Amino acid sequence: MSMPFYVSPEQLMKDRADYARKGIARGRSVVVAAYDDGIAFATENPSRALHKISEIYDRIAFAAVGKYNEFENLRVAGVRYADLRGYSYDRSDVNARGLANAYAQTLGTVFTTESKPLEVELVVAQVGLTHELDQIYRLSYDGSVADEHGYVVMGGQAEHLGEVMEQGWRVGMTLAEVLTLVRTVLATPIGAKSAEAEPRQIPAAHLEVAVLDRTRPRRAFRRLAGPLLDELLTPAP
Amino acid sequence: MADPTGKFPRAFLTPGTASFTDFLAAHDPTLLPGSRPLPAGTVPVTPHATTIVAATFDGGVVMAGDRRATMGSMIANREIEKVFAADDFSAVGIAGTAGLAIELVRLFQLELEHYEKIEGTLLSLDGKANRLSTMIRGNLGLAMQGLAVIPLFAGYDLDDGGGRIFSYDVTGGRYEEYEHHSVGSGSVFARGALKKLWRPGMDAPAAVRVAVESLVDAADDDSATGGPDTVRKIWPVVATVTAGGFRRVPDAELEAVVDAIAAERIREVRDARAAHGKQHGGDLR
Repeated sequence: MSMPFYVSPEQLMKDRADYARKGIARGRSVVVAAYDDGIAFATENPSRALHKISEIYDRIAFAAVGKYNEFENLRVAGVRYADLRGYSYDRSDVNARGLANAYAQTLGTVFTTESKPLEVELVVAQVGLTHELDQIYRLSYDGSVADEHGYVVMGGQAEHLGEVMEQGWRVGMTLAEVLTLVRTVLATPIGAKSAEAEPRQIPAAHLEVAVLDRTRPRRAFRRLAGPLLDELLTPAP
Repeated sequence: MADPTGKFPRAFLTPGTASFTDFLAAHDPTLLPGSRPLPAGTVPVTPHATTIVAATFDGGVVMAGDRRATMGSMIANREIEKVFAADDFSAVGIAGTAGLAIELVRLFQLELEHYEKIEGTLLSLDGKANRLSTMIRGNLGLAMQGLAVIPLFAGYDLDDGGGRIFSYDVTGGRYEEYEHHSVGSGSVFARGALKKLWRPGMDAPAAVRVAVESLVDAADDDSATGGPDTVRKIWPVVATVTAGGFRRVPDAELEAVVDAIAAERIREVRDARAAHGKQHGGDLR
């Protein structure tokens, strides 16, 4: 009878985490940032059909990085969760915290029990009546949850882009200001020290942008594309 | 059926359907009206919703419903709403067992929104109409117990342009109606009125007036249909669907329409009564 090699739990978890982290870092970053009237989501994504950002419920949106088939499955589960909850109780009883919990439990269970962790990182965001009531949850491949304020950068060179974002972002920016900043951040090359050193310009058509706009009634989610996005990204004269 | 660990139950993570009802059928069928086991016996008298009218006009479609729910000969509710936005480009009105009909509308609204969120695109108008057909068919067992739900569906066809109307029977049969249609207990009278009032090429305000007037006619002759209530200011629910989307006609506009119809009818009735002199009522002579 062959004896399996002994692998310490620490090593096992570390290997899995490294595996998931590598997968997530391979893709392009997604930036989620609050602005005065809501929360903006943006990523560099030339595809018009395979979205990384989508609507979950009236005031809740979802953004993901990593393997498409894995986060797409989680997105659909989230829509089903929210719709079922809203149908069983009331639309106002669906909130991002409950959804983030379900995601965390699912990711955590897969990380510890399945043969391969999910190579995804998610943001679940809910827009509130005021800026203070906005909720942004960041979920990692291992099921850990972070309650974020202001902005989140995940996937790709997340750590580096986060530093650039930190220099530019402040509370109460307008949508146009936030989107201009995010475009600059997404285009920051690896190793550049600040946003100013940026030579690359991402065309608006290659950006996937959506907002949760708190001023809209009921369904707050809206995709921004075409002339509307061009206008927002054009510097005011 | 929540998972005790708090993670998503298996059905949530099963890829495949973009239909909320199909998902419910797999995950928790008791939440679907047609999937609950029916006990033996007859159902006691329950509130019934009555007359819905719909008419096309140049660039869209109008749908209107009265505000009365009846339970036998009693008025169960005088402010019930029976015309709803199914999504941004369609409206659904209901006649029949009120409780089930409202449940069905909620499910239908969710079905369309769920599809839109999962697929990232709107269903075609025919697709929506067929989906409603399937849901009505699922209700056949209840209909045989006397709990029938008869919807009227109307929407703006974004592919072809223009408003379209669909009617249904309890077996889920779907029939496209042209120009105008009406369902419910007062529909016989409303249809008569629509035939005389409807004109091709009407604009939206004219169509709203025709819809309200046909409801007034239905309420005149059908006890289960409520007319506009000028004392409590309860007006029919009237909505238009155009390329610009679903729009519920505001109360102020409806009040003006109702007042205009009432003024015209009062004048005509007074003139007629004046012309044929004294009324003899039920005198035995």
